[in-house]
Amino acid sequence: MDIISAESLTKKYDGFIAVDGIDFAVKEGELFGFLGPNGAGKTTTMKMIQCVSPKTSGSLTVAGMDVDKEPRRIKLILGVAPQEGNLDPDFTVKENMIVYSRYFDIPKKVAEERTAKLLEFFQLQAKVDTQIDKLSGGMKKRLILARSMLNEPRILILDEPTVGLDPQARHLIWDQLIKLKDRGITIILTTHYMEEAARLCDRLVIMDNGKILAEGNPKDLVRKHVASNVVEAKNSSQVMECVKRHELHAEDAGDAVHIFTDEPKRTMSVLMTECKLETATVRESTLEDVFLKLTGRVLRE
Amino acid sequence: MKPGQYFQLPMISRRTWQVWRRNRDVFMKTLKVNFIPPIVEPILYLLALGFGLGLFVKEIDGVPYADFIAPALLAITIMNASFFECTYASFVRMYYQKTFDAIVATPLNVDEVITGEILWGATRSTISATIMLGVIALFGLASFPMALLIIPFSFIGGLLFASLAMCFTAVTPRIDSLNYPTSLFVTPMFLVSGTFFPLSALPAAVQSFANIAVPLVHVVKISRAMTYGVLQIDLLWSLLWISVVAAFFFIVSVNMMKRRLVV
Repeated sequence: MDIISAESLTKKYDGFIAVDGIDFAVKEGELFGFLGPNGAGKTTTMKMIQCVSPKTSGSLTVAGMDVDKEPRRIKLILGVAPQEGNLDPDFTVKENMIVYSRYFDIPKKVAEERTAKLLEFFQLQAKVDTQIDKLSGGMKKRLILARSMLNEPRILILDEPTVGLDPQARHLIWDQLIKLKDRGITIILTTHYMEEAARLCDRLVIMDNGKILAEGNPKDLVRKHVASNVVEAKNSSQVMECVKRHELHAEDAGDAVHIFTDEPKRTMSVLMTECKLETATVRESTLEDVFLKLTGRVLRE
Repeated sequence: MKPGQYFQLPMISRRTWQVWRRNRDVFMKTLKVNFIPPIVEPILYLLALGFGLGLFVKEIDGVPYADFIAPALLAITIMNASFFECTYASFVRMYYQKTFDAIVATPLNVDEVITGEILWGATRSTISATIMLGVIALFGLASFPMALLIIPFSFIGGLLFASLAMCFTAVTPRIDSLNYPTSLFVTPMFLVSGTFFPLSALPAAVQSFANIAVPLVHVVKISRAMTYGVLQIDLLWSLLWISVVAAFFFIVSVNMMKRRLVV
């Protein structure tokens, strides 16, 4: 069953189209990713799902409810972890949880039980009485996640949950997200970390300029959009010229040249013998290759 | 935005009180810092002007100068408490702390957040006015029990200035810009609303203007009558003025804030 479904979903701000008629459907219990460079329209899409930003046109339903008609009932079943830290700096960790639970009309006793469990789940139990400005970046992110679980949501919306974190903190969050998914919670995630998306997402869409460019399972996307392997070599005009002469599919990646191939051995030998290269490396293609192929290499602001 | 959209009735549920409770909880946590400053200033005015300048002024309208300005200082306290709460403090919560964003991701909407802020602003007026009333009573400048009416009245007066303040907050681009309404709106009102000298000292045209358009004038009138313990029927006009203008700007401020926050 589709728990979120969007058709021709569009969002315009004074003349600027942030989301340009996208269609997608998220199944219940799925971990679904939105990938895209900055300004692709991911966060805007999240805000429309959360009923905080009204859509311009198209249709969008969450758990069968129309976002324009039943924002309150939708928000009751959503857990939201925003990109921008909006923990309440006037309160401690525990007070943040208790005050937030009141917005959902959760009785105090229940809120305290859930707070204790969630702080333990996200390994924050030692910080119960700590003021927010004394927390590290990773702790803040975990507290935002813990807070988003207070109303026991059916759907979790996570906008770049691991941005700016060290590897330990990131792995901890990944492990906990997988546990939450195993409990049957639908998770929507935006990210521009390809490794994160490839590791976590059952399905994902790649967005750019307000449009969806590709959709599918991470492995299928790699198979469909790029060759199985990439040979990377140092970029020079001789190499590029030689590669072209042998009709290899090469991409200029600045310092390096990326040659996409389904026959890495043959490609390597061509490079070594014909192009007189000293070194080159072969690796498997990744989601990042798909991403860069679809969205280009131009820097986004 | 069409003009009519500034007058849509806010959609409010009882969850609004959770916003009020949040602010109250912060206030209680920081009681020592919050409690003293708002009343130090009026007390200084009372001492310096009431008992210092008062030695030279003698009487106004048949009462000693300290008696004349004490109720005005109460009215000013009502104005300042809610006005500063719903400008600088609300702006910090909205812009720097993203508290409003966090709340609207829950079942509450923008209307309820702003209403909760305004109700809290009015509560701050009541808290400050109550303390100030105690101070004035210590100096023997208030007539009880009538003066106790100031406590409920301060909430209504607080709603007026909180709503006006929220309109400024809705359009201010940076926190520094809030200095404009402070020095162009609050300070002139503070000086010429029948506070430190009677309105009758002003030219007739200015008096009429003040009675029609200056919010603090009406708050001072009611506060003075309650402090003196003499209520006249024409105070109903001031009470009506305050209620209608407060309701008007409450609705407008919620819609202005929706315009700013719902994009």
